[in-house]
Amino acid sequence: MSIRERMSGNEAVSYAIKQVNPDVMPAFPITPSTEIPQMVSTYISNGEIDTEFIPVESEHSSMSATIGASAAGARALTATSSCGLAFMWETLYIAASDRLPIVLCLVNRALTGPININCDHSDSMGARDSGWMQIYAETNQEAYDNFIMSYRITEHKDVMLPLMTCMDGFITSHAVENIELLETEEVRKFVGEYNPENYLLNAEMPMAVGPYANSPFYMETKMNQRIAMQNAKKVILDVAAEFEKISGRKYGLFEEYYLDDAEYAVVMIGSAAGTTKDAIDNLRSQGIKAGLLKIRVFRPFPDTEIAAALKGKKVVAILDRCEGNSATGGPLGAEVKAALYDSGANTVAVNYIYGIGGRDYTVEDAENLFNELIDIGNGKKQPEQFKYIGLRK
Amino acid sequence: MKKHIEIRWHGRGGQGAKTAALLLADVAFNTGMYVQGFPEYGPERMGAPITAYNRIGDTPIRAHSNIYTPDFVVVVDETLLHTVEVTKGLKPEGAIIINTSQSKEDIIPLLNGYSGRVYTIDARKISIEALGKYFPNSPMLAAVVKVAEIMNKDEFLNLMEASYKHKFAKKPEVIEGNMNALKKAFEEVK
Repeated sequence: MSIRERMSGNEAVSYAIKQVNPDVMPAFPITPSTEIPQMVSTYISNGEIDTEFIPVESEHSSMSATIGASAAGARALTATSSCGLAFMWETLYIAASDRLPIVLCLVNRALTGPININCDHSDSMGARDSGWMQIYAETNQEAYDNFIMSYRITEHKDVMLPLMTCMDGFITSHAVENIELLETEEVRKFVGEYNPENYLLNAEMPMAVGPYANSPFYMETKMNQRIAMQNAKKVILDVAAEFEKISGRKYGLFEEYYLDDAEYAVVMIGSAAGTTKDAIDNLRSQGIKAGLLKIRVFRPFPDTEIAAALKGKKVVAILDRCEGNSATGGPLGAEVKAALYDSGANTVAVNYIYGIGGRDYTVEDAENLFNELIDIGNGKKQPEQFKYIGLRK
Repeated sequence: MKKHIEIRWHGRGGQGAKTAALLLADVAFNTGMYVQGFPEYGPERMGAPITAYNRIGDTPIRAHSNIYTPDFVVVVDETLLHTVEVTKGLKPEGAIIINTSQSKEDIIPLLNGYSGRVYTIDARKISIEALGKYFPNSPMLAAVVKVAEIMNKDEFLNLMEASYKHKFAKKPEVIEGNMNALKKAFEEVK
């Protein structure tokens, strides 16, 4: 039975953590993710769950302690945002190469310079090459569902990689919206017990975690990580199919909204996809064939699947909520374009930057964007790469 | 196009405009509606102007932007009328509700020629009489529920009483005062 509730994104993820009842949560607070460790530690002090909460002195320590707990054989997690993730940088790579099934609840926020507490994806995009899986949410519902599915993915023997579940700071984390919750018993049955194959505290089989691996071993270690990341695509889909049976909610690597017959498509990640859907409804009522491809799984990157879904579109806009600082476009733009090129597509693909540092993105912005794509498709306008949406004149 | 009521709140940090928006989302949720309640975070400090928003309707809400053409505007602190353009984008067929002890005639000239309905309520007086303290958000919540016709008075009061009983389980002595503030506000907003 689903439970009708209203919650903010942070409340929803904290509630999911409570329902899963993981073993260890080390954390250090940072806006806008602070509420997650705050709420979880309240559940713990109320005796509602028996998770071990470790207050630490920095994010470098919170990820280090999470790694230690996970290596010891515990189901471990932490939460952070922005500079907190940046401060974990070194340890993120260690978690991935040690093949630890950690979950990190990331509440996306701009990286400092200038200091800004609002949403963009520069934090997680900066960690896109760290060997972590990344799954993004559009809504509080998706943030909740993604967390419940996460350990089934990370702990799968074909994967054994850490996962970042990402939601948009403030827009999702602090907005109260309707949500459908699952019964705790059902969640626990779905997630199951964690029985690690190898773990540090197993006296029967001593092991080393994170040893020195010089040139004869390093490359093979990376190849194994790559194989695990490739395996993750199927595992993510299998877990989603099982989750649909208990929730009725269907998830894929990405979501298609009126994409099938669309001539003009937007590719984007996160909460602004909902705003784009409203714009698409308006444009469809005027007979304009607009559609959306909302990325859910960014790592592993579903390149061939995206290229197939975008096949035959007249013009595609790829929206990055991250500057990228490459001088030629954002990370999503670069990867989607590479996927299109490898598929032999001759689709016109234009990369835009939007919403950085919390700049608002409205239904009107989305409608203007589609109208620009139509002008590009008709040859009335030349594509302008790497353009900012909503830049003040 | 799916239709949702859009409300924008103007207050100052510490007065509870964000809390009021979340309470409104709560009470509308309890009648079976789809809701959204969220603050806009600027430089957070006591006394700084802050904005909060609500979308409320019978269908799921997908837009995740701020609100620029609200149906209703609620001004929790009247000193903002001099510094913030509170009527910006406000639909003429909508309404503005202002917490003030001044008369409507004195307030209207401060509204940049807004042609829609104007409501005033003295939330300070109501709050101090009912609670002995100045908490404007309960009276303002009642006022917006009435003006925006979100639900009828009895349904609203019943839901709020249940909510206060839960919220103030450890200090039940404040429930009656809060309920009186809501009732008074429902009558006095004009």
